[in-house]
Amino acid sequence: MKYVDEFRDRAVATALAERIKQTAQRPWTIMEVCGGQTHAIVRFGLDSLLPKNLELVHGPGCPVCVTSVSLIDQAVCLASLPNVIFCSFGDMLRVPGSRGDLFGVKAAGGDVRIIYSPLDALDLARKHPDREVVCFAVGFETTAPAWAMAVSQAREAGITNFSLLIAHVLVPPAMEAILSSPQNRIQGFLAAGHVCTVMGYEEYEAIAQRYRVPIVVTGFEPLDVLEGVAMLVSQLEEGRVEVENQYVRSVSREGNRPARTIVEEVFEPAPRIWRGIGEIPGSGLRLKSGYSAYDAEVKFQRELGQLSVGIEDPECQSGLVLQGLLKPMDCSAFGTRCTPEKPLGAPMVSSEGACAAYYRYRRNGEG
Amino acid sequence: MNNKPFEPTCPLPTSGKKTVQLAHGGGGRLMQELIQDVFVRAFHNPLLESLHDGATWPVEKGTLAFTTDSYVVRPLFFPGGDIGSLAVNGTINDLAMCGAKPLYLSTGFILEEGLSIDVLQRVVRSMAEAAKVAGVPIVTGDTKVVDRGKGDGIFINTSGVGLVPNGVRVLPMLIQPGDAILVSGDLGSHGVAVLSVREGLTFDGNVESDTAPLHHIVADLIDSGIEIHCLRDLTRGGLASVLNELATAAKVGMTVEEPAIPVNEPVRGACELLGLDPLYVANEGRFVAVVPVPQAEAALAVMRRHKAASQAAQIGIVTDRDPSMVILRTVVGTHRVLDLLSGEQLPRIC
Repeated sequence: MKYVDEFRDRAVATALAERIKQTAQRPWTIMEVCGGQTHAIVRFGLDSLLPKNLELVHGPGCPVCVTSVSLIDQAVCLASLPNVIFCSFGDMLRVPGSRGDLFGVKAAGGDVRIIYSPLDALDLARKHPDREVVCFAVGFETTAPAWAMAVSQAREAGITNFSLLIAHVLVPPAMEAILSSPQNRIQGFLAAGHVCTVMGYEEYEAIAQRYRVPIVVTGFEPLDVLEGVAMLVSQLEEGRVEVENQYVRSVSREGNRPARTIVEEVFEPAPRIWRGIGEIPGSGLRLKSGYSAYDAEVKFQRELGQLSVGIEDPECQSGLVLQGLLKPMDCSAFGTRCTPEKPLGAPMVSSEGACAAYYRYRRNGEG
Repeated sequence: MNNKPFEPTCPLPTSGKKTVQLAHGGGGRLMQELIQDVFVRAFHNPLLESLHDGATWPVEKGTLAFTTDSYVVRPLFFPGGDIGSLAVNGTINDLAMCGAKPLYLSTGFILEEGLSIDVLQRVVRSMAEAAKVAGVPIVTGDTKVVDRGKGDGIFINTSGVGLVPNGVRVLPMLIQPGDAILVSGDLGSHGVAVLSVREGLTFDGNVESDTAPLHHIVADLIDSGIEIHCLRDLTRGGLASVLNELATAAKVGMTVEEPAIPVNEPVRGACELLGLDPLYVANEGRFVAVVPVPQAEAALAVMRRHKAASQAAQIGIVTDRDPSMVILRTVVGTHRVLDLLSGEQLPRIC
């Protein structure tokens, strides 16, 4: 398949792995930010191609995983309301809150629907003017433009039975939170290619310089990841600190201007609580005041106000996993008290979660 | 005084109805009309037309195979098939996977009040056509109607009886280290076809369901003297789930070569887009055959003579390493576990 097969070529992968081995003279710890990259690494066994002195650490770039328990509880509460059609992307449905998950709401009779695009949810609102369509707006910068477009179109069309429960998060503040932690051991980043497709990589240049950490914007296919690692290792070995772009077929320095414009028109940065990590200033998005009629937290203030603060399972160590401080298989609950059937935390059930990746691809004790 | 005999005037359902009504399952005249006009007319065959409580026939000596399956697909019609053809082919295939020659099918319908009779007719005609193509008659049946909102249009159960030829044994426990693992064709088109219409997604290239009866291919393999150790059709859960079931049942390991697994471009594209793995996507006309390695090429040649198996390929071997585990050698040459999923695959966020 075009744009896929050429980036999964075995001979090129072997050559890139060899190049990395030749270049990496010292031990390095690098983090791939995005859960999509984590899954590519584990699914294709890319870490087994790398030299032992190179440690890949999985980052917080799974929007499903970092959504706080309180927000899941809010979603469960809204989805259970009789007049609500609750729309969510598929992999959010299995994520446990402190009072069950969205699949449980669906089984109990709630109208929970899996959508593929925010504009599909807006269509539902048009078709059901007598009901409230509430969307779980989850994602990084990648999905924000589509939600912004849906809200903008809703306002233009005068649709009022449409609102977002916003769990949106931003990558650069999370990277800064990791880098400024006293426990940090990350020496270089593979930045998330899809996020940069929208946002560009100008904002990473300041981070690279401030924390003296090289960053390579990287794609998601096996050869993308290996080439990204090769470029990063070269920078580390040569003592360079730059933002380089491996994913040139998709990413430009300034990103997608129209997409950024609509996001800036509709959303503004806000503090956000990350599951297992805590609040990171400016790391989330909220609707600007002109669009607050589409904010489910405002619209359903009365219903949501009765919720107590969500409590994470105390045994779940997803905060450490999401910061790259713990490998999933080193968690004492992994594969025993925490499985995809009975998860303690979101990383075990999200399609981009590190725990899910290890559970699915690594249970024969390798890696 | 009016001496006219008493005649009931309450509005009994009569023929000419456009939708299924509760009375169609009530045992009265309307149900008889439905049976005659829709089912008997479409499925007509001597065993059915005795209209007895069941079908009877003389049995030959040998081993019987007996299976049942229920069909609850949404939407009822999708590119390449519908719930009717699925219900016939699915049960035929379950018999074929036992090494049996399918003889007869039964069918049970659970209809939702308000279902269009036209839709029912289309489904029943499709079942009749599939049964005719397969040469396996539907000889007995049952209909129930449930209140509106208590069903999803049509649920169908089919059961089937087949005859296993003397000397044929097809069982997971016969799988041995050193056997070849064959797959009868390209994977994932049924799941993607259904998903595309259910969710209103459009993909480049029309993806049609692979629903097809597989018993002729199996009979051909048996007649060609292939020593079949095991057969299993690939339905829900796809190839990955079936290989795991077989590896666990036979307590063997399996190594599968990712580049050898046939998946056609439109299916790959749709799966890439939605974050689905085609190895877990449903099929309705594909199966895995486990045969001794020296017979693999001959078996593939037999399979490829059939349209439904034109892309048959060897995808791996059975090993004595990592019992009950399936290991995938990836396109980049690394190894990983090919595991069972805990539930359905869900489309990803980005």
